[in-house]
Amino acid sequence: MSHSTVPRSRPEADTTAKTPVPSADATGGGKRRAKGERSIGVRFRRDRVLILMTLPALALVLLFNYVPILGNVVAFQEYDPYISENGVVSIVNSPFVGLENFERIFADSAFWNAVRNTLVLFFLQLVLFFPIPVLLALLINSVVRPRVRAVAQAVLYLPHFFSWVLVIAVFQQLFGGAGIFSQLLREHGYDGLDVMTDPNTFAFLITAQSVWKDAGWGIIVFLAALSSVSPDLYEAAAMDGANRWRRMWHVTLPALRPVIALLLVLRVGDALTVGFEQILLQRDAVGPGASEVLDTFVWWNGVRNQDFGYAAAAGLVKGVVSLGLVLAANKVAHLMGEQGVYKK
Amino acid sequence: MTAVLDEPGAAPARRDRRWSAPPRPVWEEKPTPAGAAGKGLVLVLACLAILFPLWIVVVTSLSSRGTIDEAGGLVMVPRDITFVAYEELLSGGQVTRAAVISVLVTLVGTLFSMTVSVLCAYGLSRSGSLGHRWFLLMLLATMFFSAGLIPTYLLVQTLGLTDSYLALILPSAVSVFNILVLRGFFMGISQELIDSARIDGAGDFRILWQIVMPLSRAVLAVITLFYAVGYWSAWFNASLYLNDQDMMPLQNVMIQLVQKQEAPVGLGQAIKTGELSGLAVQMAVMVMALLPVAVLSPFVQKHFRKGMLTGAVKG
Repeated sequence: MSHSTVPRSRPEADTTAKTPVPSADATGGGKRRAKGERSIGVRFRRDRVLILMTLPALALVLLFNYVPILGNVVAFQEYDPYISENGVVSIVNSPFVGLENFERIFADSAFWNAVRNTLVLFFLQLVLFFPIPVLLALLINSVVRPRVRAVAQAVLYLPHFFSWVLVIAVFQQLFGGAGIFSQLLREHGYDGLDVMTDPNTFAFLITAQSVWKDAGWGIIVFLAALSSVSPDLYEAAAMDGANRWRRMWHVTLPALRPVIALLLVLRVGDALTVGFEQILLQRDAVGPGASEVLDTFVWWNGVRNQDFGYAAAAGLVKGVVSLGLVLAANKVAHLMGEQGVYKK
Repeated sequence: MTAVLDEPGAAPARRDRRWSAPPRPVWEEKPTPAGAAGKGLVLVLACLAILFPLWIVVVTSLSSRGTIDEAGGLVMVPRDITFVAYEELLSGGQVTRAAVISVLVTLVGTLFSMTVSVLCAYGLSRSGSLGHRWFLLMLLATMFFSAGLIPTYLLVQTLGLTDSYLALILPSAVSVFNILVLRGFFMGISQELIDSARIDGAGDFRILWQIVMPLSRAVLAVITLFYAVGYWSAWFNASLYLNDQDMMPLQNVMIQLVQKQEAPVGLGQAIKTGELSGLAVQMAVMVMALLPVAVLSPFVQKHFRKGMLTGAVKG
């Protein structure tokens, strides 16, 4: 194996690597660099197996993440899905209509209703969902008995692995018209109530379902951050007379700050995505007035009404605004001195 | 110290360490009784909020028609345990077929996803290799945009995957996040170890199989669970790309049975004549959907933080 003798590690090669490879630091990189870059041909011969290994995944990502971007041209067309089974043939033979689809969208009250519902749900989840994992993590972290901790974590993580179909079915058994809650009310002479079909409380229902499913899982990141805090800091703070609350305020919370900032950035960047599957499953029960969000709007117009150009235009608007939000959220994180999703 | 003094009869060596608290550092104040009780109460309530609904579902699925009618619906206290709902569901027919489909799609999909992801993660984990930064950038960029539902739908249609199980596997086969977690873990493996194997004549595939993967059991278990749960829970792609009702996986059948309250094909008669409770059947389907996940995830739990720490937190 001739190519195997050429060393791969160059210290300056990978700035994205969080954990520098020890030997790369140990061997003086400066000397090797002075010899200059090896030719592409030599490096290809040496690394061809590695490149081969990455190809299947890269091909799938290219096919299912990048190629569909081109399909967004239907947003500028009056796309006719009945021309051919083959989407490319249909795209080529469909007439271009310029920005007509976008004009229709911005004049469509159903679209603005979807925007409003999306934003309401985003803010509600930010206020009611986001703090819960932090508080739960502080609570779990203060439990010192290992077995109690493990059992509590096992239970709290569990719903994260349930499908949305199951979570909604469970909620139906609790709060639906024939659910356990209504059952108890009726037994005691009150009217039953059906939260699952009530448009007025739908936003709270969605938030409650999200909390039940994912709040427990959310603590995992905070627990990881908490476990990296040195006990010496707590001891030093205690020596200086800080009681448990002061220690939490001055030691624990600063340790969580970068993680909280990162998760906030991620959440804001993803603001226009609020539980597509979860809401789609309940759209029929509640009606589109309260439950239509941007993603279900795209689904309804495209998949159900076969108005692909219109739906793709709505999806494109959402995609572009989302990209802007992600970049802006990262910018804000950098300005605040946090790391954000990517480095500056 | 205090823990031992509280129970003078118990020999300290025989106490189960895992249940008892480790010794308290001298500088830490003793918790107030109210504080300890409050913490315990919140923790118990949080766990009950998760377990109580599941309890009702399981108990009702195991109850006879008589018990369910007596309770006026869902059953909280088990009276007579019967497996009749499961027997009916698993004796062939719609739900049996859907369960088999779900198991097969999950197994094949997870195996495929893991193979592709582990290879890619290792291929990108050797710093300095040709092109790996470009490949990495290509993966990372996908976290900032999504092509959209409609173009993806048209692509799957154009590829001719409609009405094929490939449509349930290929579009969601690769998770960039999972690859990055795997890669983060692989990069932490000592370079000396890999170099010495290379000097002994091992190629990259052999190094991956015999050195890197055995050292990465924790993260491999976590990522396998993530992929498997993803395939097991998926329903949207099936609703989008499959037209034949006989091809539907378990989650889609659950939507019909539980959410839309339809009777399972072939069992409608048994429910009407009163042999079988429709509610017990619904609950049994839910238990079938949650059981594999509830049984498997606690085993992987102890690896979560190890696996997550290296990759996820730092992105």
